[in-house]
Amino acid sequence: MINKIAASPAAALADVPDGATILIGGFGNAGMPAELIDALIAQGARELTVVSNNAGNGDAGLAALIAAKRVRKILCSFPRQVDSWHFDRAWRAGEIELELVPQGTLAERIRAAGAGIGAFYTPTAIGTRLAEGKETRRIGERDYVLEYPIRGDYALICAERADRWGNLAYRKTARNFGPIMAMAARVTVAQVREVVELGAIDPEHVVTPGIFVQRVVRVDRLRKAA
Amino acid sequence: MKRLDRNQMAARVARDIPEGAYVNLGIGLPTLVANHIPKDREVILHSENGVLGIGPRPAPGEEDPDLIDAGKNSVTLLAGGAFFHHADSFAMIRGGHIDICVLGAFQVSQTGDLANWHTGEPDAIPAVGGAMDLVCGAKQVFVMMEHLTKKGESKIVPRCTYPLTGVGCVTRIYTDLAVIAVRPDGLQLVEILAEGLSFEELQRLTGVPLRFRAAA
Repeated sequence: MINKIAASPAAALADVPDGATILIGGFGNAGMPAELIDALIAQGARELTVVSNNAGNGDAGLAALIAAKRVRKILCSFPRQVDSWHFDRAWRAGEIELELVPQGTLAERIRAAGAGIGAFYTPTAIGTRLAEGKETRRIGERDYVLEYPIRGDYALICAERADRWGNLAYRKTARNFGPIMAMAARVTVAQVREVVELGAIDPEHVVTPGIFVQRVVRVDRLRKAA
Repeated sequence: MKRLDRNQMAARVARDIPEGAYVNLGIGLPTLVANHIPKDREVILHSENGVLGIGPRPAPGEEDPDLIDAGKNSVTLLAGGAFFHHADSFAMIRGGHIDICVLGAFQVSQTGDLANWHTGEPDAIPAVGGAMDLVCGAKQVFVMMEHLTKKGESKIVPRCTYPLTGVGCVTRIYTDLAVIAVRPDGLQLVEILAEGLSFEELQRLTGVPLRFRAAA
């Protein structure tokens, strides 16, 4: 019987080695797998490369991982925010390397990894600093930059519900990077609010099919009643 | 001369957004545009983080942490709205499906180059987000900014001195003084907005030559 449900966040992340590349879902704190990140901090893996849209907000989640000095390098589109103080300090102290990637290029590089694409040409960033040193090509009337896939050893993502096959459904804008990160990592770990029986997620509403998900952890999340 | 305030600028931009348009509003000043779209005009707002059909801000206490816009503000969803993942969201942007994006700017050049993501200072932490994707993919790129810096220098310049976000991408500039169209042959005044401002004075304040009449 296939059962991808892990007993705990700690059990789901026990084998993360030092130096791993970790794709972390979320846009700000929406879809941020905070409990998985807490477990990763407790697990102790170091020298991590993190791929995430932001570089942490406030003191929890990715911000806490950076504060714990576990991140060697981060690839993201929007590190600088009013509440990115842990990243800001680490960057100014030279403790963390930043690869700034335009948001759509970041998403497509992740998607490309999951879809088996070797590289792709995008018009984004042509003529800017973020295209410097990269191969460009004129196709038709337009110039494009060559961009390469971003693969993860692990993806840590957040979804609303899952079944034991790893099928996932998301909630509102917490979906963001979840579906593409799930495709792009060797081991995708999804934290979910609810685990349901096979078939309970309408097959028409499965957003991430279980083929892209290796481990699922149920996490009780407090959500303010609407 | 009486300059427009932020809400008046937003109202002026909103006037140029037609029924049925798919629109992305950048972080900061451009988000105000949403408040000025007439109630009887259906405009569908897109946000990079994966939502179409953004509605008004929720009432206090009604915020949902899973329902935010690209500025990470709590929003609501209109009936007919949709959620999607980031690669689809940027396919909408890069693929030319967004009719208008409205962005803030540090500088715009006379050929429509935009600088809005980095001051270029060595200790500044850069952050680009979706700006470079939006300017190369949206059918029209509106810039909304104050005409002059705090020091009184024109933000419309012969060549941008800040790092570029995109080359030749801006189609219209909305400032607290005027609306200016970017055309292949240069900048063209569409409308003076500041009360009591003459074309000659606007030209004197602006860093590059303007044509007086817009071709309709």
